[in-house]
Amino acid sequence: MLDYILRRIITMVPTLLVISFLIFLIIELPAGDYISNQIAALRSSGEASAVAKLEFLRAEFALDRPFLERYLIWVGLWSGPHGFDGLLQGNWGWSFEFNKPVEEVIGPTLPMTIILNFTTILFVYIVSFPIGIYSATRQYSWGDYGFTFLGYIGLATPNFLLGLILLYLFNRWFGLSIGGLMASEYIDQPWSMGKALSVLAHLVVPTIVIGTAGTAAMIRRLRANLLDELHRQYVTTGRAKGLKERKLLVKYPLRMALNPFISDIGNLIPSLVSGSVIVSVVLNLPTVGPVLLSALQSQDQFLAGFVLLFVAGLTLVGMLVSDLLLAVLDPRIRLGGRAAS
Amino acid sequence: MDVLAIEGLTVDFKTAEGRVRAVDNVSFSVPQKKTVALVGESGSGKTVISQTIMGLLPPNAEISSGGVILSDPGGTEPQVDIATLDRKGTRMRHLRGNRVAIIFQEPMTSLSPLHTIGDQIGEAALLHRNVSSAEARELTKEMLRLVQFPDPEGAISAYPFELSGGLRQRAMIAMAMICRPALLIADEPTTALDVTIQAEILKLIKDVQSELEMSVLMITHDFGVVANMADDVVVIYHGEIMEKGSSQQLFSAPQHPYLKALLKAVPGFHMDKNERLQPIRPIVLPSEALQTSRVDCKVAPGEPLVQVKNIRKEFFSRKGGLFSGQSKSLLALDDINLTIRRGECLGLVGESGSGKTTVARAILRALPLDRGEILYNRGEGLQNIHEFTNKQLMEYRQRVQLIFQDPFSSLNPRMTVNDILTEPLQIHKVGTAETQAERVRTLMALVGLDPRYLRRYPHSFSGGQRQRIGIARALALDPEFLLCDEPTSALDVSVQAQILNLLQDLKRDLNLTYLFVSHNLAVVDYIADRVAVMCRGRVVEIGKTQEVVANPIHPYTKALLSAVPEPDLNAPLDFDALNKTRASDPTAWPAPFRLEDGTPPILVEMEPEHFVCAPALVETSRQGTAA
Repeated sequence: MLDYILRRIITMVPTLLVISFLIFLIIELPAGDYISNQIAALRSSGEASAVAKLEFLRAEFALDRPFLERYLIWVGLWSGPHGFDGLLQGNWGWSFEFNKPVEEVIGPTLPMTIILNFTTILFVYIVSFPIGIYSATRQYSWGDYGFTFLGYIGLATPNFLLGLILLYLFNRWFGLSIGGLMASEYIDQPWSMGKALSVLAHLVVPTIVIGTAGTAAMIRRLRANLLDELHRQYVTTGRAKGLKERKLLVKYPLRMALNPFISDIGNLIPSLVSGSVIVSVVLNLPTVGPVLLSALQSQDQFLAGFVLLFVAGLTLVGMLVSDLLLAVLDPRIRLGGRAAS
Repeated sequence: MDVLAIEGLTVDFKTAEGRVRAVDNVSFSVPQKKTVALVGESGSGKTVISQTIMGLLPPNAEISSGGVILSDPGGTEPQVDIATLDRKGTRMRHLRGNRVAIIFQEPMTSLSPLHTIGDQIGEAALLHRNVSSAEARELTKEMLRLVQFPDPEGAISAYPFELSGGLRQRAMIAMAMICRPALLIADEPTTALDVTIQAEILKLIKDVQSELEMSVLMITHDFGVVANMADDVVVIYHGEIMEKGSSQQLFSAPQHPYLKALLKAVPGFHMDKNERLQPIRPIVLPSEALQTSRVDCKVAPGEPLVQVKNIRKEFFSRKGGLFSGQSKSLLALDDINLTIRRGECLGLVGESGSGKTTVARAILRALPLDRGEILYNRGEGLQNIHEFTNKQLMEYRQRVQLIFQDPFSSLNPRMTVNDILTEPLQIHKVGTAETQAERVRTLMALVGLDPRYLRRYPHSFSGGQRQRIGIARALALDPEFLLCDEPTSALDVSVQAQILNLLQDLKRDLNLTYLFVSHNLAVVDYIADRVAVMCRGRVVEIGKTQEVVANPIHPYTKALLSAVPEPDLNAPLDFDALNKTRASDPTAWPAPFRLEDGTPPILVEMEPEHFVCAPALVETSRQGTAA
């Protein structure tokens, strides 16, 4: 077991290296970089002194070096203007747009992102589970059709539209301030009871908005999985033993239908970060999403690269977690090789 | 006293097209401590009857009239009419698994893969016998001992996928037995198992039955099983009872034409070489279609067409599950030598996992070999098929075709029959659109199907018709050699007879050569000229079919033959002899047949044209000549 986890972690290293290379390649694909764009803009307005400063920055961040060298310096495998000073050494890079280290730009947004993602996943699972089970066990009933209809609406409505409507309604009914993840008076204040409650209240709308599509998809999948399992022979065997329907459902088919959900954890994480970008912009949420969007637009390459790499790392960890959970839950995976031929 | 009495039972299904009668006015009874066999083809309604007794009918089924009266001989339960009970109610649930229990056909899918068998067996005891979980555990162990599990203590915490098919079926029986039911329903309990395992399970059911003094309702389509197990027989067809009586009566003097026809459709060992099976719905083949399709093969009859030389194949699989890296190997083929002569049918027999399908795949060049070669004669002498160029290989693929086992999954449900049959012609670019259309119509005639069916999709055909489409597809390219991989094992006996006769006619009239892979010795005996018996990746005996069947030499062949239940009351299985030998373990065979790991399985000609795997004899004879 330990041996397996260790092997998995070791194989993650080359995977991350390949991903980092691809990320760097894709970010650098558009012509130019943040500074050369600035230089071009300043030249046209004739400000020579600023141009000189920017030229200095270009050299400072090794943007004048060839592509491969730039990549290796970023990772920290090549000696740059300041020696080995890259991701591996703990230097996350410099954000040109914010004129701050990347660490300081995304540092405050990370906990909020994690809180929001966590509540969203929780929301998706808590809502979709009972509905999925209900729809599968009462296939083609009014309830099933009703939830299916709601689910399709959830899938089809643009998230940001739903977000705006909900924000308006919450503001009208509960007097909640519009946008953000807390009331404006708590921003940049130390944590307190009032701030925590305010965050909780402000989490409701984004959670519902980001989670609807995922919930609808999850309901459909649980329903389909469970319907497959309900007609299996072992369910009839259980029924033939005289088990009560509810107990039978929970013990056998539901347990089998769980596997796809667990293997989904790894996939959910990146989709929740990248999928919620637009919503975060519209609802003005202080999460990684809007930062990533603006970094990509202005070719703020180190910032964008780091955010993407961070998400990739999260995905790999998520995959590992779901693989381990699957092995714990499913003896066939855990003990597969012991099977009689 | 009758434990179960069914009186005038009628069951209807409500479907989109209206009500369909599945069971029509059926009456029979199951006496105490006796076994009653319910015999019929698929779709005859026998499973519906078992579902009615268990209260497991699907929601769209309705008991229109009649009663199903269960009287518990133990006297603890009052007499009850199951037909009047609410299927989901408490009283039905109380009977289910407690007084009536069931075992199913497929031991692979009837157990939950995620729960230990101890958990699944003990569950019924916890539900009905009012015991603590520790007591349930003890009861489970006791039951596992009763069904002769090799290691009851360890088996409690084993998962179903760790057990072989036979052991899973034993676990199912233990599960059904744990509440000591008055009636056991066995729904085709051995159909999915190998013959030797089948004999063991049948013996086990008999033993348990006498131990627990229970009645058995045996649902089956296999007259061999009926002859060996049943006291009374009920024959059902399209939901109606055709004939019922003691098995003595029914086997010695069948009255109803349907039963007579059914009995004639079963292949047995004592048939003449020229005797034909009589299917209930025979296929008549048009002679002009046969004449135009006759294959011109340049190899003279009796000459070797295919030669398999010393082929060896080892499969590797992960061992110990996810958390360890070692791999374990499985020797699928060990030094296989076979010669298939032009115009003959070579039967390849063995239990599941013996490597017979692997041989067929190797001949198709669908499998890389570790060692050895396969030679094929395309009219230019024997050539190694692994040295074929791409062009030669394409031509080889026209000559050699495969008929699959499962007619349901081997036809693409999204293609019409016309598409299915033209596809091989298009791949090999044979003819124009018109000649292809003409060819497809001839193919349909060859397998006795109406060309009007060409525009239909596979789902609108029965299993037997689908298998005929599969055969037509195999014939599309005018092959000279057909590999038949268990072509009838998924079919009913009457349809099986139909397909076997069709294959025989086609072989004779189209000038074909067959390799016929099967686990059913009676079928191979009927169709094959020579037979090769395989066990654990080795050929253990090969010779003329009559010779091998009448005079088996190898212990494994003997065990295999003695385990086949015959549809004949005068030739019962010798249950006592069965469990004594572990016939499929090569290290347990007596000298000179014993094979240790690594011993090359050398065939010795013990009688003319009759080879047996006995490596020890080779060494002694060699020593003899040296001395």
